[in-house]
Amino acid sequence: MATDPILELRNVTKAFPSHKAVDDVSLALQRGELHALLGPSGCGKTTCLRMVAGFETPDAGQILLNGDNIAPLKPYERNVSTVFQSYALFPHLNVFDNVAFGLRQRGEKEVARKVNEALELVQLQAKADRKPAQMSGGEKQRAALARSLVLTPDLLLLDEPLSALDPNLRQQVRGELKALQRRVGITFLMVTHDQEEALSMADRITLLNRGRVEQVGTPQEIYLQPANRFTAGFLGAVNWLDEIGVRPESTRLSHEAPGDGARTHRGRVTDSTFLGDCYHVVAEIADGRQIMARVPRSQNGYHPGDQVHVWWQPADELHLPR
Amino acid sequence: MKRLRLYFLAPSALILAALFLIPLLIVAVYSLESRGAYGGVTPPFTAESYIRIFDPLYLKILWRSFWVAGVSTLVCLILGFPLALFISRAGARRGLYLQLVMLPFWTSFLIRTYAWMFLLRDTGLINTALLATGLLRDPLPLLYNDFAVILGLVYGFLPFMVLPLYTNLEKLDPALLEAAADLGARPLTALARVTLPLCRPGILAGSILVFIPCLGAYLTPDLMGGGKSIMIGTLVQNQFTTARDWPFGAALSLFLMALTLGLLYLASKRSSGEDLL
Amino acid sequence: MRLLSLYAVAAYAFLHLPLLVLTVFSFNQSRFTQWEGFSLRWYTQALADSALREATVNSLLIGGAATLLATALGTLCAYGLWKKKAPRLTGMLYLSLMTPEIVTGVALLAFYQWLFHFLNLHLGMITVILAHVSFCLAYVVIVVMARLRTMDATLEEAALDLGANEFEAFYLVTLPQLLPAIVSAALLAFTISFDDFVITSMVAGVDSETLPMVMYATARRGVSPVLNAVSTIIVVGLGLLILISERLQTKT
Repeated sequence: MATDPILELRNVTKAFPSHKAVDDVSLALQRGELHALLGPSGCGKTTCLRMVAGFETPDAGQILLNGDNIAPLKPYERNVSTVFQSYALFPHLNVFDNVAFGLRQRGEKEVARKVNEALELVQLQAKADRKPAQMSGGEKQRAALARSLVLTPDLLLLDEPLSALDPNLRQQVRGELKALQRRVGITFLMVTHDQEEALSMADRITLLNRGRVEQVGTPQEIYLQPANRFTAGFLGAVNWLDEIGVRPESTRLSHEAPGDGARTHRGRVTDSTFLGDCYHVVAEIADGRQIMARVPRSQNGYHPGDQVHVWWQPADELHLPR
Repeated sequence: MKRLRLYFLAPSALILAALFLIPLLIVAVYSLESRGAYGGVTPPFTAESYIRIFDPLYLKILWRSFWVAGVSTLVCLILGFPLALFISRAGARRGLYLQLVMLPFWTSFLIRTYAWMFLLRDTGLINTALLATGLLRDPLPLLYNDFAVILGLVYGFLPFMVLPLYTNLEKLDPALLEAAADLGARPLTALARVTLPLCRPGILAGSILVFIPCLGAYLTPDLMGGGKSIMIGTLVQNQFTTARDWPFGAALSLFLMALTLGLLYLASKRSSGEDLL
Repeated sequence: MRLLSLYAVAAYAFLHLPLLVLTVFSFNQSRFTQWEGFSLRWYTQALADSALREATVNSLLIGGAATLLATALGTLCAYGLWKKKAPRLTGMLYLSLMTPEIVTGVALLAFYQWLFHFLNLHLGMITVILAHVSFCLAYVVIVVMARLRTMDATLEEAALDLGANEFEAFYLVTLPQLLPAIVSAALLAFTISFDDFVITSMVAGVDSETLPMVMYATARRGVSPVLNAVSTIIVVGLGLLILISERLQTKT
């Protein structure tokens, strides 16, 4: 049925001699979605990915692809394809032969046609006879994508797809990758430690920390309704006043008192940093606590020493216990 | 600074020039002279020695040398590759296993050759054991033939093959094998289609390091081949002892040298190898 | 992988058994290849043999002298090459490594014979020592160069900056760091020199027979348990030296 999850992890656990990498993780991927596994380094996201790919075996739990438990299967027996962080293109083969590799393994006919289709998809037809050593990072990524997609896997796994690219290239590639996924309609499972990447690309995000699932949801859900302090803090900065948290972009500063309904504190500006598109202003309030605020450039009138009102709307508050 | 460097390099350069280059030059001169009455050389100058190299009798020896060296190299490759593969996959114990391969190499070549003589001769260990079990009636002629020479050479030079192969394998990105598996290749297929092609530099380096010494080998064919397995090396040595034909020996030496240089040149063209020096 | 492990065991057996067998039978009571009880008679016989003793002394003297010279010159050479390349010298070093031993031996013999037309000398210890220095040089350079390549070049610059001249920088900063590698190179040179047969046999005189030469002569005549004993002694002795060398290398 089309509404079945295409991939399910049920109570998957994996321990290494040094630590427990994945601790009773369960998640379900919907068909056709771009799902991000997000978390700090060491949270177990890469281990989860490798278990789905077949390079690690879970100590406990099941991994179901279209309802079948694939955990006992070898990587070459699964209809799951991986785009590696280093792309792992075969250096002794050119792009065409790299992309054709999997097809030839299966003994498929019409290799040339399928390879050319895949190359067209990622716009690499012109470089078909190049070797990986002669290609840029972006081109290598596209070649790796083509190599995996040409096999029409049920699921495509991506291990930190943008981390090896130049920072100024990433924005563009994010969009391209997202568009590609929409076009081919294959479910993507992407591992990343960059929350901006996850937020901008994923349909849904699973946030992992120390081997456990913290929260699953759409970018909006996770960012605006974090389930706990870790989640709130991982996805963006937060000002914490006991159990109440407010994000700096929701924190306002003004010389005059704000209107009714706003939560206000009086404070003194201690720092103001120009970030280009805005100011990052820190103000100290009554009990010595520092509050961060993002102030639009138009309101550039805050200097250290200024007395200000720090306020926000109650609706922007996050109520999360310690 | 330049002067200091000069002082540091000069002694070595002098030694090599005096004890390596000049001797080779002298050999070249000798190769063009004629045979002296009691050994040594005398004028007139002639190219006769070089022409003699192409006598069918000697060509046969040349051919046999190539054949023995070639087979030895091939056997080293076949035996050495799985061993190098094993070591590269041994994780933390890699260094130890590598040392274990190199260990016999550090003992004298002479001793190692002698050890095989001890095993292979008619009254040696292997034949004694086989006769004792009654599997054989007569001892197997394991020594004093091409088989023994090849065995001796393989035994002596196997580490020379394993080391470059291992270095090559070690440098391979492990993600490549994972990618091959991910794309549907079973381990043996991945070995053939990914690992092996990427080992070409190591295979080339190892083959050169084995073939060249095998080609010019002297000790092994001499001790383990008896009189039956004459190779270039033994032929050359002969000219300076029993045959007392120095010009011919010199010509053969230079010929062997030329072969060596030619092979090295060909190998360097096909590889972008790292430098030892 | 398990198949590979099985193969590895077989391969290691192939590599090590011959020497082990040799050693075991050096303790054999009988001279035949049937075990007839443990005995040290071959060892006592070996140690009593005057020709062997003399040859051993020669080998040790030659090895010591050649090692000293080759290590000293080779270290300086490696340092010089490390500072700035010298392609022709490097080429000669490579060539000396790859030249078949028989060719080197012939060349040296020819050279010495030619030389002796002018100088009233003959083949003997000196000719052997010089020959050994020339073919050990490249090995020393390789070992020392390998260590130099892992060293921080800015250390010498710091020394210069602090007032040392170039030689002092080498002597006070680089050389101390090179010591383990130099010792390794020396042990390697000694091993190569001690074990050498082909070249030595061609340039040795009557009074400078080395141990390998005597062993070869014996081996030529057939198998002798005394040879087993001598081989074992050499293997164990040099093996220990090698292990020491490895330890020193890993310490850096």
